[in-house]
Amino acid sequence: MINRRTVMVAAALAAAILTTPVCAQDKSIVVSSTTSTQDSGLFGYILPLFKEKTGIDVKVIAQGTGQALDTGRRGDSDVVFVHAKSAEEKFLAEGEGVKRYPVMYNDFVLIGPKSDPAGIKGMKDIAKALQTIKDKQADFISRGDRSGTHIAELALWNKDAGIDIEKEKGPWYKSIGQGMGAALNIAGASNGYVLSDRGTWLSFKNKGDLQILVEGDKRLFNQYGVTLVNPAKHPNVKKELGQAFIDWLISPEGQKAIASYKINGEQLFYPNASDPSA
Amino acid sequence: MTGDMTALQLVLTGDPGLFAIVRLSLLISLSAVLLAALVGVPVGALLALTRFRGREVPIVILNALMGLPPVVVGLAIFLLLSRSGPLGSWGILFTPQAMVIAQTVLVAPIIAALTRQTIEDLWIEYRDELAAMDVGPGRRIVTLIWDARFSLVTALLAGFGRAAAEVGAIIIVGGNIEGFTRTMTTAIALETSKGDLPLAVGLGLILIFIVILINAMAWAMRHAGERYAG
Amino acid sequence: MRAAASDLPLMFVEASIVAREVTILDRVTLTVTSGAPTILIGPNGSGKTTLLRAAVGLTPLSNGRITWGGRNTEMPSKSAIMFQRPTMLRRTAAANVRYALAAANVPRGQREEQAAELLALVGLGELGSRPARRLSGGEQQRLALARALARDPAVLFLDEPTASLDPYSTKAIEDIVLAVSARGVKVVMSTHDIGQAKRLAGDVVLLHRGRLIESTRAPEFFVTPHTEEARKFIAGELLV
Repeated sequence: MINRRTVMVAAALAAAILTTPVCAQDKSIVVSSTTSTQDSGLFGYILPLFKEKTGIDVKVIAQGTGQALDTGRRGDSDVVFVHAKSAEEKFLAEGEGVKRYPVMYNDFVLIGPKSDPAGIKGMKDIAKALQTIKDKQADFISRGDRSGTHIAELALWNKDAGIDIEKEKGPWYKSIGQGMGAALNIAGASNGYVLSDRGTWLSFKNKGDLQILVEGDKRLFNQYGVTLVNPAKHPNVKKELGQAFIDWLISPEGQKAIASYKINGEQLFYPNASDPSA
Repeated sequence: MTGDMTALQLVLTGDPGLFAIVRLSLLISLSAVLLAALVGVPVGALLALTRFRGREVPIVILNALMGLPPVVVGLAIFLLLSRSGPLGSWGILFTPQAMVIAQTVLVAPIIAALTRQTIEDLWIEYRDELAAMDVGPGRRIVTLIWDARFSLVTALLAGFGRAAAEVGAIIIVGGNIEGFTRTMTTAIALETSKGDLPLAVGLGLILIFIVILINAMAWAMRHAGERYAG
Repeated sequence: MRAAASDLPLMFVEASIVAREVTILDRVTLTVTSGAPTILIGPNGSGKTTLLRAAVGLTPLSNGRITWGGRNTEMPSKSAIMFQRPTMLRRTAAANVRYALAAANVPRGQREEQAAELLALVGLGELGSRPARRLSGGEQQRLALARALARDPAVLFLDEPTASLDPYSTKAIEDIVLAVSARGVKVVMSTHDIGQAKRLAGDVVLLHRGRLIESTRAPEFFVTPHTEEARKFIAGELLV
């Protein structure tokens, strides 16, 4: 039953498993990106198109913007694809990246329960909506994970609403340190408000009582950029393959692919690589 | 309940995405257990049979390591394998190999500690007879391991159960990359947070089924051991 | 199977074993020569088991020495011991005997045949493929005897081999012991059964509280014992 032969077979199996995947890594890159690009289904749609054209496998590590940039700093990824321009420019200033290319934008939406305890539904002014939430001490869920969404949320509080949220927050402000999906789940379960990117919201399958309450304010605009990790600092970076990915994203073909990704007929991301100020 | 119906459909129709995930999970955990056994069984057997001063210390440490939190192991391996870490030149962070390494580290102490206990108990039983038959140290270890093989396989099954069920270590060192390092447990974590429950539930059902299967195999092992060797 | 002239006499010279301030063997001086079985008798706790274990090197002496054929050796390869409650290896009966043969460096090709012979010798010829742990008490004892004989010993030590057996199994073991002895193997056996001692003994050695009381040829020991303790023991009055 258990004899020498079984042991040999088992050892051979283990050896085979350990060696096989290494060979398959040759034409692939690692991209550290945000959860919104993954969770919205965008990557699931455009990456197979990229692979078909170039034969390059894109392995995506989906983290928050802050973590994604840190992964690039450690040299554990070849390309970073995130949505927080200030953080990306800092990344470049540190010499960690080669050049930032704008790719696409989407917008944030303020999600809340149908019952709308703070009474902000339909407001056109995001700053006013946030101020109202704070005044009414309604539950607000923050990503709290240095993601692009989190950075944008903080900017809306601090810059646009003029509220120093770190100082003025109370028990109504819940910082969870997790991704968009988790934040939406928690908001739904506790009847709270949460800022989400439209893409993740549209593809979120557990909406329950939640709905979009505030949208359209220009300050809810959310820009995505892609940057090659600096091969001068990290010699292991696959710079040709990584650059090929960037080139494709900003090419007419890639931009068209991004624009054609829809959920229920609704477009999620708007390509704007040709906009120099983005 | 509609979520569960769709989950069952996914399982029964043999959805390829789902079964690719299952296959990867099994490969990784099986490899980890085999490697852990290669290390753990000899270490456990040696610890059972050698006598030296302060022998209790490694035994206590080994027993304590059985309770290593998976996330801590994941973090440690991550720091080692990151490009900016000491073993960065291996370039295996965010690959299945890294996941196998992390789970091996997690499971090896379990196998070593259980092996030590099993071999020590058997040694106490066999000691006089083996000495009377003038059996040397080399043959002694082989005999004890062989005669204890059913109990040792049970220890391996315990290790496999631990590996197959954990998520903390492999999600950190694997990165949960779709189609590459996504396993049952990491997929359940992801899909749940995305609110995509049917897939998560389907995977959960399979995982539970595997756990039950492992326990059944362990029971059959003990039974076979008794029937065959008395 | 024969008593190689160079292994005997086995001599205990002032052999003592003290453990945790308890004297288990007290300056035992004894010579065991080839020939008919030497039977160790004495009440429980008299040191019989310890003396046997010391002879095969399982229990080290605190004082004194043990010599084989005049040399000072640990445990000559040509001796074997069978314990009062033998441990069966977790395999079949035949595999147990094959294991003992392997440990005694019998070439692989000969093991199966010799194992079959040994099993037949102890009356277990039909039970070779049964898991050893599922044999009866008497059968396990006989298997342990087969294992001991697998070493082709010059001297065979037996520690109360029939203490926990029924009369039928006891007789079976005694018959095998006498047969083995007749083939030239020196048997050194302990027992607390006077009848058994009478049936088997060439020499009788009486131990009491770790001390050697008397060592005499059998017929003489039982008819005209030399010591008071011996007389009491035979009369059943020496219990502890």
